[in-house]
Order: sequence, then structure tokens, then C-alpha cells
Amino acid sequence: MARIVVITSGKGGVGKTTTSAAVATGLALEGHKTAVIDFDVGLRNLDLIMGCERRVVYDFVNVINGDANLRQALIKDKRTDNLFILPASQTRDKDALTEEGVEKVLDELSQEFDYIVCDSPAGIERGAMMAAYFADEAIVVTNPEVSSVRDSDRMLGILSSKTRKAERGEGPLPAKLLLTRYSPERVERGEMLSVDDVTEILSIDMLGVIPESQSVLNASNAGMPVILDEESDAGQAYRDAVARFLGEDRPHRFLTTQKKGLFGRLFRG
Amino acid sequence: MAMKGIFNYFRSPRQGSAKVAKERLQVIVARERSHRSGPDYLPALHRELLEVIRKYVQVGDEAVQMSLENQGDCEILEVNITLSEPERQG
Repeated sequence: MARIVVITSGKGGVGKTTTSAAVATGLALEGHKTAVIDFDVGLRNLDLIMGCERRVVYDFVNVINGDANLRQALIKDKRTDNLFILPASQTRDKDALTEEGVEKVLDELSQEFDYIVCDSPAGIERGAMMAAYFADEAIVVTNPEVSSVRDSDRMLGILSSKTRKAERGEGPLPAKLLLTRYSPERVERGEMLSVDDVTEILSIDMLGVIPESQSVLNASNAGMPVILDEESDAGQAYRDAVARFLGEDRPHRFLTTQKKGLFGRLFRG
Repeated sequence: MAMKGIFNYFRSPRQGSAKVAKERLQVIVARERSHRSGPDYLPALHRELLEVIRKYVQVGDEAVQMSLENQGDCEILEVNITLSEPERQG
């Protein structure tokens, strides 16, 4: 049986797809057979971030409708072993994801995979509800910014009551926070909510803190999950987060500014 | 006020906007959680209370504030009704 993980947030543009790509790749790198599914029907993007956009033949909705089987639709990642991508459909039919259809696909994937990572669309509409409904646990992606934090709290409320686990009376969905686009400089200047502020407001465990980093844009430009950029702070922070997700106890890094010397300040701003 | 603003700007550059963000979030998150966790009949009760009050006094939607609290083994529903313009009463 696979473990189903939803990557969600409520607000758009906070880094759900970047995180889905990074976490799925990280789990596969650790030897777990992993499938990552794009639930954003109509706005397919995970394929671009994973760099497999030209290899999409069939999609999630094709599988649900029986136009293709899973084996035909799953794209094997070229860089990382044990990793497969199921792209979103570009149909504009918002009702294409049926509960029965999603359950059937997840059940079938569960036979073969260790982890299923569900990349949720923004908002709290059907796609987001479907991505979360069957999950065993959630990673809530948040930016240190008021609207993102508020939406995350709303999403945490939904995860604790509107998932299958909650409806079966098995308690709220276990959820952890991943804080992205974190800028220690701005936190130290008092211009950005700190890790402690966000943890206190949402009262939730912190899975990881990903620093604001040029490497995230570089990676998405290249169609490569940023976790594969081992030189970058963001890549290393995602590695730490995946290790913590798998139960390892690792200290958080990149939470404070590196003190720059005079040259550093002159030439790097 | 403007002078004070300028004064503060130079005096405490580290007193940034994050503090305000945190305070605002704590208030709104607490409020939205109490709405969420309450029983399903609360919104209807709120609406009907407003209707009854409006038979006698014109008030805005914010006039009735309700909060539900658990204290030990009993639940306390606190209803606060604020009449902002008493001269129009009756």
C-alpha cells in the first residue's frame, strides 16, 4: 500500500508544484518508488517543472475515463529512478475528476508504489478537494505573508474535517508546514513574518523552511526539480525536508543571514 | 502624527511591518477558527437574532458577536449585542 501525500496551500503561487516536484524526486532518490500526480485540471504545469512536457501522451482524466491505462499515461522520469509523473488534463471540464475515478486511479497506483504525491491546484474547489480527500498526510506550503498564512489556516481546517480520513472518524489529516520563499534578511529587518511567528499563528509542526533563492527559478527554467541542484540552499533545504518527512531528525538551516564581509557586501548587494 | 511617524522611522528601523502582520493574523485566524469549529446552527442563529433585534433597533451585521467556548464539561455561548446609535432606539 502506498502512502498518499497531498501538497496543498489554498493560495496560488506559493510553490506547491515546485514542492511536489522536489518532494517526489527526494522520495525517489531515497529509494522509494514514487508517483507524482498533477491535480490541476485545465492548468497543467507539473510536467514543465519536471521537464517532461514533450513526453505527455495521455493524462489523468484519460485514465479516469478509460481512454488509456495507467501504464500508458505514467511518464518515467529520465533523471531519477523510481519516479513517475501523471500529468493533468488540459480539459476545461471542471467535473472531469470524479471521486470514484480518482479513488480507482489511486488504488491502482497503491498496488505498485510506495508514495503517491498529489500536487493540488490552488483554491478550495473540486480539484483541491480531490487532491486532499484520499490523502494519508498533508504538506501545507506557505509563504511568510498574510494572505498565504490565512489561506493555509483555512486549508488546515478543511484537511481536518473534509477528508476521507476525517469522515471515517479517524481524526484530522496529519499536516506539516513547509515555509517557502523565506528571506532571513527581511525577517531580521522586521519586514517579514519569522518561522516562529508562522508556527505560532498556525500551531503546526514545521517540516522545512526553503529560502528565497534564484536557484528555484533557474531550476524551473531548466525543467529540473530544484532538489537536484545540490549546490543550492533551496535544494539542500528540500533534501532536509524530505529526510524529516521520512522520520530523520535534522536541524533547520538557512534561517539566519550569513554575515557578509565588506567585499561580499560591495559586490553581492 | 506625521512628525511622530518620521521620528519613529529614524529611531527604530527594526520595528518593521512583520509585527503588525502577526497581530492582524492572530486576530483574523482566531475569529475564523471559532466560526469553523462552531456548530452548524450558529450562522442561522446569528441571522435570526439580527432579524429580531432589527424589529426594534437598526443595527449593522457586526452588532451581534457570538463566541462559543468550552469550559470544563459545559459549553458557553456568549452573545454580545452592540447598539452603536442609542438615540435611535424605540
